[in-house]
Amino acid sequence: MNSLYKYILRIADDSLILGQRLSELCGHGPIIEEDIALTNIALDLIGQATSLYEYAAIVGGEGKTADDIAFLRFEREYVNVLLVEQPNGDFGMTIARQWFFDSFRVLFYDAMLESTDQQLAAIAEKSLKETKYHWKHSSEWLVRLGDGTDESHDRVQTAINYLHRYVDELFFMDEVDTALITEGIAVDLASLKVAFDAKTSEVMEMATLSFPTNNWKQVGGRVGKHTEHLGHILSELQYMQRAYPNMEW
Amino acid sequence: MVNEALIWTYLEEVSDPEIPVLSIVDLGIVRSVKLANEKVEITITPTYSGCPAMKHIEQAIIEFLAEKNIQASVVLTLSPAWTTDWLTENGKNKLREYGIAPPENEVDKSVLFAAPTIVPCPLCASKDTRMISQFGSTACKAHYQCNACMEPFDYFKCLK
Repeated sequence: MNSLYKYILRIADDSLILGQRLSELCGHGPIIEEDIALTNIALDLIGQATSLYEYAAIVGGEGKTADDIAFLRFEREYVNVLLVEQPNGDFGMTIARQWFFDSFRVLFYDAMLESTDQQLAAIAEKSLKETKYHWKHSSEWLVRLGDGTDESHDRVQTAINYLHRYVDELFFMDEVDTALITEGIAVDLASLKVAFDAKTSEVMEMATLSFPTNNWKQVGGRVGKHTEHLGHILSELQYMQRAYPNMEW
Repeated sequence: MVNEALIWTYLEEVSDPEIPVLSIVDLGIVRSVKLANEKVEITITPTYSGCPAMKHIEQAIIEFLAEKNIQASVVLTLSPAWTTDWLTENGKNKLREYGIAPPENEVDKSVLFAAPTIVPCPLCASKDTRMISQFGSTACKAHYQCNACMEPFDYFKCLK
C-alpha cells in the first residue's frame, strides 16, 4: 500500500472512531442540549471520515469502496490514535478527550490547507470550519468544569491526568509521513507542537487545571497496536456487516 | 429550448428536505450548472460534511429534471467550502418567515468566550434573546430562546 493511502487512513480512522464513540452518547447525554451537541459533533466527524475514506478508496486503487475500508478491516488494521478510542467515561472525560483532539485538529486542518494534494486541502477547508466550532464548544466546557464546583474540577482534572499519556501520539510521525512531507502533501506535525502547547496551556490556566507531572507516554495506535477498547468499538461498528455480509441500506 | 438559465429556475423548485421552505438555490449549495450535448452536469456542495441530506438532494435533482425530460448528473465538490454568505437574501427572508432566525455576521468561531451574537427573535423581532445551545436539531442550527415573547427558536448559525 502506498504512503498516501496509509496517511489518509490515519486521519480517517481518527474521525471515524471518535465519531463512533460520541454517537454512543445519543440518548445518553447528561442534558438534552449536550446530547444533541455531542451527536452533532459525531455527525461532522463521521462526515469528514466519509470524505476521507472515499478518497482513500480512489488512492488505494484495489476496487474497495469507502464502506469496505471503514467496516471490513481487522482491529490491527485500524490506525487511529489511542486517544480517540478511550471510553466516554463521565462528562469530564468526554469533554477532556474532545478538547485534546479538537485543539490538535484545528491546527492540523489549518496546516493541511497548504497541502499540495488538492483533495486533502479541500477536505481540510471543509472540516476546519466545523472543527473550530467543536473546539470552541469543548474549550468552553473545559473551563466551565475546571473552574466550576469542587466536584467538576476534580473530575475533569482526573480525566486530564488519565488522557494526558495519549496526547503525544497526536504528533507521532514515521516513514509514512516523511516522504509525503517532502512532497508537500503531509503536515509536518512537529511544526504544530509549539502552537498546540501554547493553546492548550492557555485554556488549562483559564480552567484552573494542571497537566500531570508524570510524563509517561503511550503510543501504538498509528501502527495498529491498540488499547483493549478498540475491539469493543469495532464489534458494534461492524456488527451489521459481519452479521449480514454485503448488506446495504 | 433548454438552457442553463432555465435549469437554474427549475432548481429553485427543488427544496431542502430539512428546511422545505428553502430551495437548494436559496441555500447556496448549487455551485454550477453546465450544459453540453444535451447533458446537464450540476455541481453541488454540502453545508456540513456529515449532512445526511446530500444523497437525497442529489436524487431529487435528477428526478425533478427527468420529469422535464432533462438528463442530469450531479457532482459533489468540497472546495470552496460552503458558507452562509451564499444564502440568498430571498432565502434569509423565507427562513425568518418560517420561524428560523437567519445567520448574523459573527466573529471568528475560534475566539473563545466572545460575547454571544445578538440574534433577533424571528417571531417578535426583539433583540433580547439568549443562546440555549450552540447545537440544534440539524448541523446548521443552534438553539435560542426569546426573553421577550419566551418562544424558543432555531438560529441558522453563521458559517464562514
